[in-house]
Amino acid sequence: MSVQATVRPAAGVRRLRSVRSVLWHVAVTVVVLVLLYPVIWLVSTSFKPADEVLSRLALLPEHATGDNYRQVFGGVAGYSIWQYLGNSLAVSAGAVAGNVLSCSLAAYAFGRLHFRGRGPLFGFMISTIMLPQHVVLIPQYIIFHKLGLVNSFWPLILPKFLATDAFFVFLMVQFVRGLPRELDETATVDGCGPFRTFWYVILPLLRPAVITTSIFTFIWTWNDFFTQLIYLNDPSKFTLPLALQIFVDQSSQSAYGPMFAMSVLALVPIGLFFLAFQRFLVEGVSTSGLKG
Amino acid sequence: MANTALTRPARQVTARPAARSRSRRRGQGAAYVFLSPWIVGATVLTVGPMLASLYLSFTDYDLFDSPRWVGLDNYVRMFTEDDRYWHAVTATLEYVVVSVPLKLGLALAVAMLLNRGRRGTGLYRSAFYAPSLLGASVSVALVWRAMYGDGGVAGRVLGVFGIDVGSMVDQPRYALLTVIALAVWQFGAPMVIFLAGLKQVPKELYEAAALDGAGPVRRFVAVTLPMLSPVLLFNLVLETIHAFQSFTSAFIISSGRGGPSDSTLLYTLYLYQRGFTDFRMGYASAMAWVLLVVVGLITVLLFRGANRWVFYLGEGRR
Repeated sequence: MSVQATVRPAAGVRRLRSVRSVLWHVAVTVVVLVLLYPVIWLVSTSFKPADEVLSRLALLPEHATGDNYRQVFGGVAGYSIWQYLGNSLAVSAGAVAGNVLSCSLAAYAFGRLHFRGRGPLFGFMISTIMLPQHVVLIPQYIIFHKLGLVNSFWPLILPKFLATDAFFVFLMVQFVRGLPRELDETATVDGCGPFRTFWYVILPLLRPAVITTSIFTFIWTWNDFFTQLIYLNDPSKFTLPLALQIFVDQSSQSAYGPMFAMSVLALVPIGLFFLAFQRFLVEGVSTSGLKG
Repeated sequence: MANTALTRPARQVTARPAARSRSRRRGQGAAYVFLSPWIVGATVLTVGPMLASLYLSFTDYDLFDSPRWVGLDNYVRMFTEDDRYWHAVTATLEYVVVSVPLKLGLALAVAMLLNRGRRGTGLYRSAFYAPSLLGASVSVALVWRAMYGDGGVAGRVLGVFGIDVGSMVDQPRYALLTVIALAVWQFGAPMVIFLAGLKQVPKELYEAAALDGAGPVRRFVAVTLPMLSPVLLFNLVLETIHAFQSFTSAFIISSGRGGPSDSTLLYTLYLYQRGFTDFRMGYASAMAWVLLVVVGLITVLLFRGANRWVFYLGEGRR
């Protein structure tokens, strides 16, 4: 009797709880689906034949076709899609290499070494995180123009080797400061100078910050449109975002299919990065306030 | 054996400070070596260009002839004669004032929804974050153009409710709304930051409030909001600065024109047109400096105003 009396309400509460939990999951899933609808629509539309692209509201194509992709791989605006892909990859990889190298060097100096003017220089570095790039844009353009480097990848990559992405310097400084000081003191006692300490002690420990920096630099550079629009104007140098923009000018309905096929291809690397590193990405955002 | 064991600590005691000061001296020079890429970048690509664009803003410069000093002409023209400049200012202010609160409100609401400690939260969190990674791309802006354009999904869905809007991207009344929608769609990043903040709120505060008879609304207003206010300030500052510099979505949705009738002519889009289509580099530099000053002022105001509503635990109640 007494056993039943205590079990029955507990079972009721549990059932109520599980109903609530199911309702919660249903509600959240619906919101997620509505949110991701544009992406789902994009992928599905890229498989629709030309006459279905806008005429039918149905999400799934009636007659799925790979024609759009075949057309894109046949070339866009006179160049192979592999060329645009290769250009995007070159710019993004160069930016990643530049940021990782220059930002980790600067971060070690700011985070560990003593030198005159460290305080003010650090303060200045922090303040440039918030600086709108437009205020340096035109003189930078003039510099690269005078050097004859407009229409090459240098204006997109060189600044990264000079640690202009102050945000990542800051991210790495925070990380360096969190490393136990005993480690580099031991290295010093063992006769390591600052260079060997950096290379053999600090850099290997910096790995998580290096990975975060690499992922975000890659994705942001891959997606970047503004800088690439300004510096690249020869179609053979176009990156994927610029090649996509060609479609904007000739946006007849017949071009919609291939345009969306290429849009999907442009998002594939980001999707892969996201699937592989989603935990890393989201943790990076929640601990450091990185913008996506 | 015993001998070395005895001498070792003694040697260390004398060796440590010497090694430290030696490493410190060596560190001085080494620090500048490590810092050299950043120093070159900061001088040649940041401080130099900032001063140069300030100078250029007082000149007429087309990239090919040398700059011609015109004093305050650019600024005067901007503020008194250039209608398109004011269209850009209006569109940008509307964009910032509407998109930032909507984005943060949605981010907070979804963060509250997810902060239940239920299974699968991590997966949902990632799903909500995905648009923040994709939304900056040209691909998604093209999707937006099609969805809110002629025969697009948005028009059809509204049509079901008897609202006939036609092609939203082609109408001055609605075009900016579609750009705002794309900004709000990317609420995942601030949401993740809110969620991290919510996890820091001590459970005891909610329990104490519940014991005092506070309902869900009261608990939100009296516990959640004050405890979350530093995170809210952080998100607000970041999103506002970010919004002032939006470019890609408006550029793609309006085919680079900022139309119809300049309704999507965001500030940076007009700056781009003046600088890189018309090659009025002096004028564009003046625009950039006004942007810098305005964004700086707004940041200062947000931080100043924050004293009234941001609550830091351990500071005591005001």
